[in-house]
Amino acid sequence: MRPFRYEHAADREAALQAGRSAAAAAGEAHVRAPVQYLAGGTTLIDLMKLDVMRPEVVVDINGLARQHGEIRSGPDGLQLGALVRMADAAEHPAVRRDYPVIAQSLELAASQQLRNMASLGGNVLQRTRCNYFRDVTWAACNKRAPGSGCAAIGGPDRGMAVLGVSEHCIANYPGDFAGALAALGATVDIEGPGGRRVIPFEELHRLPGDTPHIETNLAPGELITGFSVPAGPWTRRSLYLKIRDRQSYEFAIASAAVALDLDAGVVREARVALGGMVAKPWRSHEAEAALRGHPLTEGSAQAAAAAAFAQAVVHGEDRFKPELGRRTLVRALLQCAAMEI
Amino acid sequence: MADDAGRPTGGLIGQPHVRIDGRLKVTGQARYPADEPLANPAYAYLVISAISRGRVAGMDLAATKATPGVIDVLTHENVGQEVKPPMGPDGKPTTTTLESDQIWHDGQIIAVVLAETYEAAREGAYKVVVRYAAEAPSATFDSPGVEVEPLKANETRHDPAKGDAAAAFAAAPVKIDARYDTPIQHHNPLELFSTTCVWEGPKLTIHEGTQNLYWLKGSVAGQLGLDLADVRTISRFVGGGFGSKGAPTSRTAWIAVAARRLKRPVKLVTTRDQGFTIATHRAETRHHLQLGATPDGRLTALVHEGWEVSSRPSSYNVSGTATTARMYACPNIATKVTVVHADRNTPGFMRAPPDTPYMFALECGMDELAYALGKDPIELRRINDTQTDPVSGKPYSSRSLMKCFDAAAGKFGWAKRDPKPGSMRDGDWLVGYGCATACYPCNIGPAAARLSLTPKGKATIQLAGHELGTGAYTLLAIVVADRLGLQVDDVQVMMGDSDLPPVPGAGGSNNAASTSNVAAKACEAIRQRLAMAAVRTNAGIFAGVDPATLTLVNRALVGPDGRSEPLETAASRVSPGAIEAHVENVPQGLPPDAAAALYHGRASLLRGQSREDVTAFAFGAQFVEIRVHRRTCEIRAPRAVAAFASGTIVNPLAAHSQYQGGAIWGIGSALHEQTEIDLRTARYVNHNIADYLVPVNADIGEVDVIFVPEEDHEVNPLGVKGIGEIGIVGMNAAIANAVFHATGRRIRKLPIRIEDLL
Ligand SMILES: Cc1cc2nc3c(=O)[nH]c(=O)nc-3n(C[C@H](O)[C@H](O)[C@H](O)COP(=O)(O)OP(=O)(O)OC[C@H]3O[C@@H](n4cnc5c(N)ncnc54)[C@H](O)[C@@H]3O)c2cc1C
Ligand code: SF4
Repeated sequence: MRPFRYEHAADREAALQAGRSAAAAAGEAHVRAPVQYLAGGTTLIDLMKLDVMRPEVVVDINGLARQHGEIRSGPDGLQLGALVRMADAAEHPAVRRDYPVIAQSLELAASQQLRNMASLGGNVLQRTRCNYFRDVTWAACNKRAPGSGCAAIGGPDRGMAVLGVSEHCIANYPGDFAGALAALGATVDIEGPGGRRVIPFEELHRLPGDTPHIETNLAPGELITGFSVPAGPWTRRSLYLKIRDRQSYEFAIASAAVALDLDAGVVREARVALGGMVAKPWRSHEAEAALRGHPLTEGSAQAAAAAAFAQAVVHGEDRFKPELGRRTLVRALLQCAAMEI
Repeated sequence: MADDAGRPTGGLIGQPHVRIDGRLKVTGQARYPADEPLANPAYAYLVISAISRGRVAGMDLAATKATPGVIDVLTHENVGQEVKPPMGPDGKPTTTTLESDQIWHDGQIIAVVLAETYEAAREGAYKVVVRYAAEAPSATFDSPGVEVEPLKANETRHDPAKGDAAAAFAAAPVKIDARYDTPIQHHNPLELFSTTCVWEGPKLTIHEGTQNLYWLKGSVAGQLGLDLADVRTISRFVGGGFGSKGAPTSRTAWIAVAARRLKRPVKLVTTRDQGFTIATHRAETRHHLQLGATPDGRLTALVHEGWEVSSRPSSYNVSGTATTARMYACPNIATKVTVVHADRNTPGFMRAPPDTPYMFALECGMDELAYALGKDPIELRRINDTQTDPVSGKPYSSRSLMKCFDAAAGKFGWAKRDPKPGSMRDGDWLVGYGCATACYPCNIGPAAARLSLTPKGKATIQLAGHELGTGAYTLLAIVVADRLGLQVDDVQVMMGDSDLPPVPGAGGSNNAASTSNVAAKACEAIRQRLAMAAVRTNAGIFAGVDPATLTLVNRALVGPDGRSEPLETAASRVSPGAIEAHVENVPQGLPPDAAAALYHGRASLLRGQSREDVTAFAFGAQFVEIRVHRRTCEIRAPRAVAAFASGTIVNPLAAHSQYQGGAIWGIGSALHEQTEIDLRTARYVNHNIADYLVPVNADIGEVDVIFVPEEDHEVNPLGVKGIGEIGIVGMNAAIANAVFHATGRRIRKLPIRIEDLL
């Protein structure tokens, strides 16, 4: 780790003030800014120890929990403060009852210790587990060193993405919670030097394209303050299915976040997001469209799965992933349809 | 081989006992080598190579040296001449580090940054800019540029063979001809690799987690040209080794050099990822197995050929054909092993080094043969069971394989198995049962120990043993208490220091046999002195009695007629202070210089497969239930049962944990663990324990262990066969066989993963 200055922000204004210098310095990628916010630290400190991230100033925003640390559930939906800990959201009775996909996506992530520490804001901004990115001795990584190439393409790519990838980066977005937010059509509350704005969660992350180092549409110095999840008849019939080699404490190799509104077995509304092989949190409007208006059966689930992976791009060892992704989605949909609510 | 150590026990051997060091460990008081308090230490951080083959063309150290706190940087340019290269795990030349600019493998040590703090050293290391003259590396089997070396037989290595296996196989009515693969695996013990060196004048003390104190001492003394007496190695607790801390590695001598340059203690704690390349690993292997059998299931031919990857300079190999050739009665056997040299670090010992990969092939092959014959896999093993080593014709010292199968099968519920693949289900989960033979050769080495006994009944045993978490301290306390008629709490055990008498390294499952037999011999020496004094005196009750008939029981010297005299009386007769014995135990069959070599860190083991009198193996049978999700194909192992017959079990409680641990590791080995290598660069990619998977609690369900009683009077005086490694040996195959039973898919490579079953 390299030396850095540590600052503690007592509230949002102080944090934004401290983050302001980042805005000027950093161009477009907030992850490359010299000033970084510190929430649970489970991504940031990790990457600093690995020398991947080298901020000059670290602004501790845990003091913002007073302003942005609440969970509120009402008729319009669910509000989640950015400083809510993963564990607290996963255990919240209203979240468990009305938004099981959210509770499960959090509960199945990381370990209890990490969930006790990690915040929801930090969670959605966690960075790829691509080992070529995380080990700085690999010279070629467009995400870490723009324009340097991509060492991962042609290497062991079992953990890489097959949806949304580009020839510049095939990294997987590893988070689970983001899938639930994407499926449920959540929005993100953002505060920045330029004031407050609200964007659809689906627009928070960017596809790698030819700028994989720009991971989100957050401007340097901007702060996520919370998430809003709209209520809907589908949120109670929702689940998160996570497929992995071991039973716990592993990132997904495939996942599906699904929510269904059924009318006598016919899909009135379907929400589908995929994970474990996606360049960014991935809502599958194709799968949703394939389901809407049809009875939920093995056949329609298969059709939705086929639509979801129609654009998949594979490289080598990852050739099995579209098939696993399809099966994961089918299983999730059938399991979701069978839920008793 | 019986000698006086083989007397009947005092009742403690074989009784479960909690670890005498357990409290220290769970309260954080056990001092591991990196915990050693030091006066004014400097900290070291390794710089490792980012290429796998070539040379260090130059290093820009300006930014490093300008980093506040950085004191010095060791490179091949400034210290390369100060150290002779260490030998590899097989005692032969291996890859080098700072001795020259040559790079043999990814992650090779190329510089050591020394600083006032760990953080400064790490920061300085990050700032080193290395210029490489890189060459195209060869990663593994099939990579361009590898060198293929078919191994030849020599004094220590044989290719077991008998009859005409090729002809027998060609003629066999039923055949299996299959190829199997096992992956690169890394031990990843919880305790990171660390080294601390402290000089006092010419004397060097090394604190390092090691499975072999005397080898490390001898190796560093040789590398630095020091007098053996001037080097001391200390390792009172090892935070897991699994073989990775068995052989000396190159880092130690450089830290000694650093401490000498700086004239202060230097401490190195390496990172998890560095541990993948600065120590050893289990190399990937390939197997070609041919089994021929008669229609009634008798083996007529066994051909097992293995390939193993090693580094460029080392031919380290495990040659597990020495085990597989001996498993079943078979008149025609041929074996062969080839080493494939690539630009990699030298592999080394890892739990049951030969047996784990090679038995995977054989035991899968036996399952395949059972299906080809339409026979139950257990019955196939029964048909081919033998009490005679099929290669040498010598008797097994004891072999209770089928008793293990029967005990484990009963407990497991094997009878409920419908042999048809894919026939058993539970909801969405396909269910499979699989089993396999486990075995491990019984090894024992020369060992020395010092034992003292006070009249008050307190004993202290000292030897340079190793506590890797296996319960080694407790084992010795039990043996000494048993033999001296004391309670376990009366015995103090001192180990982990090369100033104590030497024992072999903790490897090859020899520890229990080597140390318990020497401890028993030391106890016997003390008993004899008490007995001699008791029968010679005119005053005591034992005057004139045959000293051989006196025993130590319950703090008393007891005669054949039951009369007894308090230990205090008997011991005070010899000395009012303490009675001390120093003994060496050299098992029959070892060369005459075995004791002398031991002090130089070269312990020759008497190996179970190469004894003159008998062939000595421990045996077991392992059963697993596997579940595979019918859609998404996750593979889970909710249940395992294993039965082992391993001679005398000194501490069943520790043995139970050891066996369970073996089964658990086996689940990891078969389903999770694999070091991924980038074929273009010969670099490990998943060198962290988020991506190098090992099972977590949720992956492990019931793991039942059955002790099959076994008395072995041939293997060594105490009949101790060793249990350290056998627990993993059958698991790979048992799991692969269960996967086949569940799904009808025969997966012949490890780990078995979702994508293999989609
Ligand atoms: C071993 C391990 C296993 C894991 N397994 C999983 C898993 O299975 N599934 C899963 O989903 N995740 C997993 N994680 C990731 C974990 O969930 C994230 O590290 C965590 O959620 C990040 O939250 P944090 O509060 O610690 O973020 P931090 O590390 O504090 O921050 C992460 C990034 O976000 C920025 N940031 C933080 N908060 C804000 C904010 N409010 N506004 C703007 N920027 C902000 C920081 O500057 C930083 O760049 C795992 C992590 C580890 C270490
Ligand atoms: S996949 Fe992306 S993150 Fe990984 S090496 Fe390539 S550019 Fe870097």
